[in-house]
Amino acid sequence: MKFPTAILAALLLSACAAPALRGTGDLGIVIERAGGSVVVVDSSARAILGRVEGLGDLSHASAVYSRDGRYAYVFGRDGGLTKVDLLERRIARRIVQAGNSIGGAISQDGRLVASQNYEPGGVKVFDADTLELLADIPATFGDGSRRSKVVGLADVPGNQFAFALFEAGEIWVADLSKPREPKVTKFRNIGSQPYDGLVTPDGRHYIAGLFGEDGLALVDLWQPEQGARKILANYGKGQEKLPVFKMPHLRGWAVAGGRAYLPAIGRHEVLVVDTATWQEVGRIPVKGQPVFVMARPDGRQIWVNFAFPDYSHVQVIDTLEQKVVQTLSPGKAVLHMEFTPRGEHVWISARDDNRVVVYDTANFAKLAELPAQTPSGIFFTSRAARIGF
Amino acid sequence: MTQYSGKALVALILLAPVAALTADPSPGRSRDLVRMVRQDCGSCHGLTLKGGLGPPLLPETLREKPAESLRYTVLLGRPGTPMPPWNAFLTEAEADWIVRQLIAGFPEETR
Ligand code: HEC
Repeated sequence: MKFPTAILAALLLSACAAPALRGTGDLGIVIERAGGSVVVVDSSARAILGRVEGLGDLSHASAVYSRDGRYAYVFGRDGGLTKVDLLERRIARRIVQAGNSIGGAISQDGRLVASQNYEPGGVKVFDADTLELLADIPATFGDGSRRSKVVGLADVPGNQFAFALFEAGEIWVADLSKPREPKVTKFRNIGSQPYDGLVTPDGRHYIAGLFGEDGLALVDLWQPEQGARKILANYGKGQEKLPVFKMPHLRGWAVAGGRAYLPAIGRHEVLVVDTATWQEVGRIPVKGQPVFVMARPDGRQIWVNFAFPDYSHVQVIDTLEQKVVQTLSPGKAVLHMEFTPRGEHVWISARDDNRVVVYDTANFAKLAELPAQTPSGIFFTSRAARIGF
Repeated sequence: MTQYSGKALVALILLAPVAALTADPSPGRSRDLVRMVRQDCGSCHGLTLKGGLGPPLLPETLREKPAESLRYTVLLGRPGTPMPPWNAFLTEAEADWIVRQLIAGFPEETR
């Protein structure tokens, strides 16, 4: 039988119009801080695929991924939570869920998205499909009349979320195995002014960095009955602190080869701690106040960027030598770094130069420069499969 | 690395009230300052200055407060809180200009 020509033509046309099938494993987004937009990028082609606009105030924005790697959940400063479809490059859903927000996390089973809020202080949990509100956990403390800012929200195994309360000096672990009935375990008096937190890549330890004192607070989530304990206490040895012009960020990327590499507060050092004993085993002098201290996925290198005024440099620590082996100048105001899934390249955003620079991590050669408007966070879909990302 | 000596701080505090603070920065410098406040102060106070780890820096929240003490906060920081001292990067006149702009409604960045 012969196809009528019209049908044949229609078939051919639709085949041309349909987007090529593709996976998302090498895709990601770059936040454009000032414009309220994100660009969708392809880390294999080292190319920008398109821009998605209308995400609100993205100063201090961050993103997590659906476990199929198709959707990015972008948390904006203005409380906006936007679900971005990377394949269709459009906003799939968007809500404004708080007055002032700082980031979020996605549950182990991928079904819950949680947002950590400054105003009103607390955590809200949403259905990952519909963004319907499932649970509201106000961060009340003291006599119950005050609410604390929430920092350091991380997903931990068992569909739980761990987070810290800045003003209250507490760590909370919320069990959302029944999403509408969260069960919260509170660790009190964990230290002064926790500013961020991380969960180790195995999901076992939650660590909150402290701004108000030298040290970090550690909870063993396998043995929560042991309570929180202080690690690296008094690392400043009573010396006067240097001013901190930007708060450091903690995530599970800090752990490599049985050691955690952590930013000191008010000291231009990276602190090295053994993750078996949680004792300090070294400290590495760096160029400025560290902000992100990130291990390359294989753990051989640690890349560090800095707070104002040293923020136009990036330093690389070799973990065998335990010292800085390279200093790069990717551009003015480096805000973030992201490794390709297996770490052969790193993407670095230089806010004031309006570009993202891609380096080969083996030889530090510059591979590409991509234009972006005031770029800040870079988030690749490989985060979808990692605890604490 | 910048050192902050106690003496310099005392001198600053003593000198501040008598120093002439009315001179506006040059157009080029004021562009830099606007960017600095929106972007670098913005990392704690928010790009829109509606607050973050630090409180909002909006006319309605600052208007009632004495400009002079706000200027000291900017220059010297607030010990015991994350608010750092900016006196290594800002002159008194510049800090005063920033505070006046904040109270009046801070300009947007021009690009
Ligand atoms: C690292 C975080 C951080 C940065 C960066 C920062 N601030 Fe602050 N700022 C704070 C905090 C926290 C407070 C509140 C201090 C307190 O609790 O009294 C504050 C307070 C203030 C206040 C007093 C507000 C009031 O209502 O009393 C002013 C004014 C201010 N900051 C201006 C600035 C300016 C201008 C810059 C940039 C040049 C800046 N800040 C950068 C954290 C920061």
